[in-house]
Amino acid sequence: MLKLATLFGALFIATSAIAAPLTAPLTDAQRALHALNRLGYGPAPGDVQRVQAMGVERYIDQQLHPEKMALPPVLAQKLTALQRAAPAPGEMLSEFRPPRGSDTLTAEQKQQARREVYQRAAQQVNEMRLLSAVYSPRQLEEVMTDFWFNHFNVYADKGITRVFVADYERSAIRPYALGRFRDLLGATAKHPAMLFYLDNWQSTATGYRVNGKGKVLGLNENYARELMELHTLGVDGGYTQQDVTELARMLTGWTFDPRGDAAGAVAFRYDAARHDNGSKTWLKQAVAPAGQAEGERALDVLAASPVTARHISYQLAQYFVADVPPPALVNQLTQRYLATQGDIRAVLATLFASPAFWDSANVGSKFKTPYQYVVSATRASGAQLNNVRPLVNMLRQLGMPLYGCQTPDGYKNTEAAWLNANAIATRISFATALGSGRMPLARAPELDASAPMSDAEISPVDPAALAATLGPTLSANARTTISAADAALQPSLMLGSPDFQRH
Amino acid sequence: MDRRLFLQTAALAGASLIPFGRSGWALAALGPAATQKKMVVIMLRGAVDGLNVVVPYGDANYYQLRPTIAVAKPGSPDGVLDLDGHFGLHPALGALQPLWQAKQLAFVHAAGSPDPTRSHFDAQDYMESGTPGRKSTQDGWMNRLLGALPGERTPTRGISIGPLLPRILNGSVEVANIANGRSAGKPTVLDRPKVGDAFGQLYAGDDKLAQAYREGRSTQKEVMSSLADEMMAANGGAPLPNGFPTDARQLARLMRKGNVQLAFMALGGWDTHINQGAGKGQLAGRLSPLGEGLAQLAAELGPMWQDTTVVVMSEFGRTAAQNGNGGTDHGHGNAIWLLGGAVAGGKVYGDWQGLDSAALHEQRDVPVTTDFRAVLAQVAERHLRLPDKQLVQVFPGLNATGPEGLIKA
Repeated sequence: MLKLATLFGALFIATSAIAAPLTAPLTDAQRALHALNRLGYGPAPGDVQRVQAMGVERYIDQQLHPEKMALPPVLAQKLTALQRAAPAPGEMLSEFRPPRGSDTLTAEQKQQARREVYQRAAQQVNEMRLLSAVYSPRQLEEVMTDFWFNHFNVYADKGITRVFVADYERSAIRPYALGRFRDLLGATAKHPAMLFYLDNWQSTATGYRVNGKGKVLGLNENYARELMELHTLGVDGGYTQQDVTELARMLTGWTFDPRGDAAGAVAFRYDAARHDNGSKTWLKQAVAPAGQAEGERALDVLAASPVTARHISYQLAQYFVADVPPPALVNQLTQRYLATQGDIRAVLATLFASPAFWDSANVGSKFKTPYQYVVSATRASGAQLNNVRPLVNMLRQLGMPLYGCQTPDGYKNTEAAWLNANAIATRISFATALGSGRMPLARAPELDASAPMSDAEISPVDPAALAATLGPTLSANARTTISAADAALQPSLMLGSPDFQRH
Repeated sequence: MDRRLFLQTAALAGASLIPFGRSGWALAALGPAATQKKMVVIMLRGAVDGLNVVVPYGDANYYQLRPTIAVAKPGSPDGVLDLDGHFGLHPALGALQPLWQAKQLAFVHAAGSPDPTRSHFDAQDYMESGTPGRKSTQDGWMNRLLGALPGERTPTRGISIGPLLPRILNGSVEVANIANGRSAGKPTVLDRPKVGDAFGQLYAGDDKLAQAYREGRSTQKEVMSSLADEMMAANGGAPLPNGFPTDARQLARLMRKGNVQLAFMALGGWDTHINQGAGKGQLAGRLSPLGEGLAQLAAELGPMWQDTTVVVMSEFGRTAAQNGNGGTDHGHGNAIWLLGGAVAGGKVYGDWQGLDSAALHEQRDVPVTTDFRAVLAQVAERHLRLPDKQLVQVFPGLNATGPEGLIKA
């Protein structure tokens, strides 16, 4: 208690100069905290001091080059083990199909088998995602993986999407999270997760039948519409209903075979027989029949469009700077995108060096999404995370289940979307449980994750350590109030405070 | 009878209907008539296929346009439930048939937004802001409506069920959102005085977070007292499955025992681009719990159902023809559903122009012949007794009219 007051006192002296006028320059500690908050999921114990010591510019540069940063061995081992234990999409799908000639399972048994496969897949991908978000030093890679997942959202619980989700994130999103937008666009367009979720795998020339028999298929415009509206040009991007239909025709034949190839792998396949070979007019241009190349060229055009550049720049500025981003910054990023042919790393480097990013009016001003809140609280608490289930449940309760956004627009990151009366109360309940050590995060994965906690399992967060971790997060008023409360309640108050709801 | 006289009469009549429970007393003291008339809005996000909900089975074009997903004629297996000899109701909505027969269920077909967007997100935004085509509107029409209605503002007078506060209720008037399922109203850690006091001090400011915190506290107190006996009963039994019927019952209890006047709930999963099915299948599987939940809401509300109007709406309709995958793509006009004791039901309203290709919007969709705001405005005026002057605040720029007489005189 005394220790905490002293610590707060020291911080207070160090930061009081900036507490009053908003325009005062940021202290080194505040700059470090801001970088940790926005490029990642906030400080873990020791982070603020470490970034201060190495210099914020160097930290940012490091974050922009995650490939040069090693993962801590414990995390790397855990991820490898999870990866190894997880069946590939083809294997999961084959579990839905009993071996030839032995189709004796009832509909209920098949349903049960399917549910078990989905549950295993969900558990695996949730663990990989949350362990990485909490422990990975490549925080910006984590943030951008989540950002692009939302941008190219798929809903895990639509049909068989679940079996593809982990592979989608690992092979279509993460490798390009700081790469070229065109590569990211192509990888998502061709991944079975997206092909299935937005139905393009079934979209064919009108009147096409599989092998010339069976059900008559035809055009499905779901993916083509969202490709322009959400993934590239944006809803006001100037395309028409006819452009949607024509783009859908250009993308016919982009599919996958859910039975997998000879090796059992489920991958993109261009099926010329499904393709609409008629001529098309798209975005006022004549498109000569060219098979798969029609779709490839469409992605080229969309990725290189200044309208797309602006749309992506706006979204990046909204995520990293402010809910309503400054137009000058959006312009600057758009120019950078166009000058670098959509190099995401270059656009981000410009963003992190911009005056708008460091403007004190934009520091500590974004309301955390439930995901940012839950991950940042877990990081700050220093809790040992073996069992992610309490975090998964909390995200569901807060309306942001992992891989659970039904609609293709993904989760928003604005205050208007997430700030409400129920959310604050629920976050405080979470903070109270986490701060007092009453959340079974440390429980070994092989134990029952939902069993009540024994007294031995309860390990409250140390208030002085947490105060040091949070650095200049808390306002002077909050510090005074918290110092006056029971020591046992202090960590909960810090993690549940209004200052920690923002970043 | 002029409106003011009506309001006074209603106030007197209303007062005697109020049960003398704890919250009943509080309500009576504030003047019950003000909040006696209720409105519940259910939004089907993702664009429900209105042509397979209120099916024009009398139009041969319907069956031509939808060779494998049309719902069969009445009397056939999995066929529609006849409504009026031309339209039929999807068979998965059988739970609503008694309401139709009691003339407490009506539809306005070919309704929707004057804005032609086929973007889910823009269309939902316009339907919630109440200003189609204008993106700069900050608040939702239900919030403006709440602000325009006379009577005391209480924490749960406008509520949403679910973890997010929807755009439609966003605005300057205090509203509440409560959790789905059975967790609403259960004591939380903040109900422990020491914890509640400490957090109360942290959230003592007047910024948005502090306001949200205090709204949450006052909502929690009201919901806890409204549902106290339900909680005790629920603790003894097994937890009920979550889902719309559970939420609808929960809402009915809150409405009966609390001060709720305007309520909102959203349901997703209607974007059926593929294999939507006909009388059975994917869409049927979504409609069935919706119908059951609405029927339970009606039953649980008891006498209050007479004072309640439920509106079910969706951002746009779907293509008249099925697409290449046994589904439907984004369209335009849709059916708005109206339920309640005050609804002049048993009728399909609207300017229905048939499904002949010449009648279709851009040769593909049901045209919009009724502005959704005209329907909502009529409920606000005739049912909630919102004065004309305030109507302009709720739906600025609305000059469209819709079918008259949706609400009983």
